Order: sequence, then C-alpha cells, then structure tokens
Amino acid sequence: MTSNGSEALLELKGLHKAFGALKATDGVDLTVRPGEIHALIGPNGAGKSTLISQIAGGLAPDGGSITLLGEEVTSWPVARRARLGLGRTFQVSSLATEFSVLRNVMLAVQARTSGARGFWAPVRRDQALRSAALGVLDRVRLTRRADDPVSALSHGERRLLEVAMALALRPKLLLLDEPMAGLGPEGTKELTGFLASLKHEAGILLVEHDMDAVFALADRISVLVYGRIIATGTVDEIRASAEVREAYLGDHLHEKAGGA
Amino acid sequence: MPELTKENLVNTVLALALLAAPLIAIALEESFYVTLASRVAILALAGVGLNLALGTGGMVSFGHAAFFGLGGYVAGIAGLHAFEGSAFLAWPLEIGGSESLLVIWGVALAVTALVALAIGAISLRTSGVYFIMITLAFAQMIYYFAISLPTYGGEDGLSLYLRSQLPAVDTDDPLTFFLVCYVLLLGAIFLVHRLVDSRFGAALQCARMNPQRLATLGIAPFPVKLTAFTLSAMITGLAGTLFAELNGFVSPAMLSWHLSGEIIIFVILGGVGRLFGPVAGAALFILLESFIGGLTDRWQLVLGLILLSVVLFARGGVVGLLAGKARHD
Repeated sequence: MTSNGSEALLELKGLHKAFGALKATDGVDLTVRPGEIHALIGPNGAGKSTLISQIAGGLAPDGGSITLLGEEVTSWPVARRARLGLGRTFQVSSLATEFSVLRNVMLAVQARTSGARGFWAPVRRDQALRSAALGVLDRVRLTRRADDPVSALSHGERRLLEVAMALALRPKLLLLDEPMAGLGPEGTKELTGFLASLKHEAGILLVEHDMDAVFALADRISVLVYGRIIATGTVDEIRASAEVREAYLGDHLHEKAGGA
Repeated sequence: MPELTKENLVNTVLALALLAAPLIAIALEESFYVTLASRVAILALAGVGLNLALGTGGMVSFGHAAFFGLGGYVAGIAGLHAFEGSAFLAWPLEIGGSESLLVIWGVALAVTALVALAIGAISLRTSGVYFIMITLAFAQMIYYFAISLPTYGGEDGLSLYLRSQLPAVDTDDPLTFFLVCYVLLLGAIFLVHRLVDSRFGAALQCARMNPQRLATLGIAPFPVKLTAFTLSAMITGLAGTLFAELNGFVSPAMLSWHLSGEIIIFVILGGVGRLFGPVAGAALFILLESFIGGLTDRWQLVLGLILLSVVLFARGGVVGLLAGKARHD
C-alpha cells in the first residue's frame, strides 16, 4: 500500500462556488475513502454537476480546497488531475466520435502510458495498445463492438465505453456522473453489479438518480441540497434521517412504502 | 505497406499526374507549364502545412500567409545580402546573406517555428471564430511590418536576382526546380501521414473532436495543438521560400490575408483533412486561374461557384468526391 493508503482518496474542505447570487456549492466537505463507493444524491439543480466539475478540474472553486490522493490539487488543470489517478465519466457521453470504439479505449491506454508522445509509429498497428484496450473492452463486454464507430453505439453502450475509457487509465478514484441514466432496468442491474466489483480497484464517487442502484452500491451517501451537504451517512442512516426525508427523499420513500 | 484503398489510388494518380504535367509540357515545348506545375507543387505544399492544423487539428488559421510570407522574405533577404555582399546583422555577430537553399530552408524553418510558437501560444487560448480572427490579426501585423521596411522593398517588395542553389542540383533549370519542389511536397505529405497516424496524431485528432475528453484522459490539449500548429507553420514557411525562388520576387502580397484565404481554399477544395487534398485543391485552383482566367477576368466567379458546391454538396472536396468518405477507425 502507498503511504496514504489509509487516508482519504478525495477530500473536499469548505468548497464554495457561486454563479452571481446563486451559491451552487456552499461550503461542501466530503471525503471518499479507499475501497468506498460514496454516492452523492440530491434533487435536480442541487449543484451535483458543478461539484463534479470542480473535483475534475473543469471549474475553479471560489474557495476551499480539494485534496486528491494526498495532493492538494485545487489549482491543477484537468489533465494533471487525470494523470494523478482520477478517472471520470460524463453525464452526457463525451467521446472521440469519429474514432472506433477500440480506438477510443486505445487513446485512453496511450494517455496512461505515453501521453501524446510518439510521432512516427502507426498507432493502429500498435499491438501493445490494442491488446490492452481489448482487455478493458472485454471487462465491460463491448468486445464485439470494438471496430464499430462510436456513432453506431446505443446510448447504454456509450455509457459503458465511457466507463471503459475511465478504467483504462487505471484510476485510484472514479467520478461517475449518472452512469445509469437511460440504461433501462437490465442495463442498470448489470452495471450495478460491475461497479460493485470495481470498488477494490478504485474508490468511486457516484452521482446517481436511480435510488435502487444507490442503495445497493453505496457504502456512504451524501445528500446535496441547494449546494449544501445536509447529511452524510450509511444507507440506513440516510433512510432514517428526518431531514433528508423532508428535503429530498420524502416522495421517493413514501412511494416505496405505498407500494409495499 | 500502404493498403490498397480507393483513397490511396486517388492519391497515387494525383502524385503521378503532377509529375507527368511538366514532363508532357517539355515534350510539347510548352515550358511555361513547367512553371505552372511548380506553382501547383509549392501552393500544395503550403496547403499541406495548413491542412495539418485545420484538417487534423481543427485549428482554422486565417493567418498562414504570415508563415508563407516569412519563408519568402527569408529567401529574399538572404538573397539580397548575398548579392550585395552586405551584412544582415553586423553586431554582436556578423550575419551575411546566403544563396544556399539548404541554409535558407534551415533559417526559414527556424524563423517560422519561432513566430508560430509565439502566435500559437496566444491564439490557441481562444477557439472558434476568435481563433480565426486572432490569427488573421497577427498575420496583418506582420504584413504591415513588411510594408514599413524600406530596406527590404517596403510595399514594392524585393527582387531575387539569382535563384539560390543546392549542392549538385541545377536549380536554374525549370524542370529540376520543379522536381525539388515536388520532392519536398511528397516528403512533407509523407511526414504528415506518419504524424497523423502516430500516437501524437491520435491525441491531436481527439483535441479536434473533443478536447474535454482528451484532458480527462490526462493529455492537455494545448501543447498538442501548439506543436501541430508550429509544424504546420513550418511546412507552409518552407513553401514560401520556394515560391519566392520560383518568382524571383517577394512582396507583402505573400503575407496578405488574400493569400491566407487562398491556402484555406486549397484545403477545402481538395478535402479537409485528406492527405492529398491540398494537391488536388491547389491544382484545381491554378487550372481555373490559368485557363478560365485566360478567357475572362471573372474566373473567380467560377471558383466561387465551385467552392459553394463543394461546401454544400461535397464536404470531402475533390478527394472525397473521388475516393468516398474518409475512413475513421
């Protein structure tokens, strides 16, 4: 284990971000520990995406600090954070759309191994890249789609490709922004099982609206409402919290109770 | 081994046709067309440079004439001082002129690389229409700088009394000079081909398609784009030296935004991002200019119509029309 093996993978302290009068992130403290799936839930407009952007580096916070794998990365650009060990998927798929599925993953493997260096050898015939990329595609069961263009993929397959590209980086921490969105019940179940198997490889900060998936996966849950974390705790604690019910889970739990 | 694709076939035909043109012209004793073929090769080379930035990297530079003209001025200024036996710089170290093409190419590559690094480092902080405008602005600055330099002809430009020389090659012979241009053109196309297919090329293409994705993978797009922009400028600068040598003349017109526009037209006519696109584009442009331009002064009307139909109906340009859609894998 590394020296910071027992420390948090990710630690947010007093993070602030405002857009004009709107406080999108209002004093957020949050940690993701090694081997943990930490779910971030909250109603639409709670500031989840803004928070994810600040962790990934696309958006600079107005105040507070972000510590990733023991490094204070608050002012680091996106690429440098990724090289340190941060992998992410996007809420709306973000892929190299003119490349095949395999070449997208090959690019990720290349990014981890040599970055942009290599000005002469043809990348398509790079067996090391190919086999590493095929290995990752196999894990998300996209091998048969390897040579298809990204444009031919279904919505669910694109989500899986995003996960594959993040995994190809061998990250220590994964930020997954609504990976289940639009997957359908079968796909959600499959991805839930896969993510559960990942957590010993990388800690996961999971933003998700699918509560069944969140309750099945999360070791801890943080609830974000109007830019503030109103509660953090285990699944049971969050289910039991009156404040959370009030602010957010209410309808959802009543629905469940009514159905039962 | 290159695969036998339709595009490779089209490329081979284009390369052979350009080589055959001056040979046929000489057989028919129409030596004027040798010069025309040299023009095509040189302008195609300038387009190959821009195509790396615009086609592969998605950087729509409206300032590549700056690099073309700088290459031209390097040739012109080196030639002037060599002819006069005067010094370009007397202090702190004495630098005279040169009539060696190898020296001129080396200096032109260095100068364009430095200027492109500076322009790129600033321009690449913007994108889209702002990038177009800022590259144009830089090129215009260099244009007016050249106009305000009376030592080197100012607005009137500068004549090169003698064509610069290569060891063991008679550059004064039109056909030999064409072959020099042709070899450089094919060499540059080969280099660009290797570059685009390399790991660097993969990163550059991703920087065009989705810079956010590239950064998320841990590769910062900015240095990748800046490297490509600089290499692109160097190729166009090299073409500029040849253009000045061919014409025996360099003037601020080589730096003007009209020329930046023309280089973009070569790339679009031939097919954006297609390896031999600029060859097809420059050839078509020069053919229109020479033959329809011989019939009417309004040949640019025809050019405009063709450009319009390419943009509306044949995005892949001439090469795309002949070889089909680009292969993406």
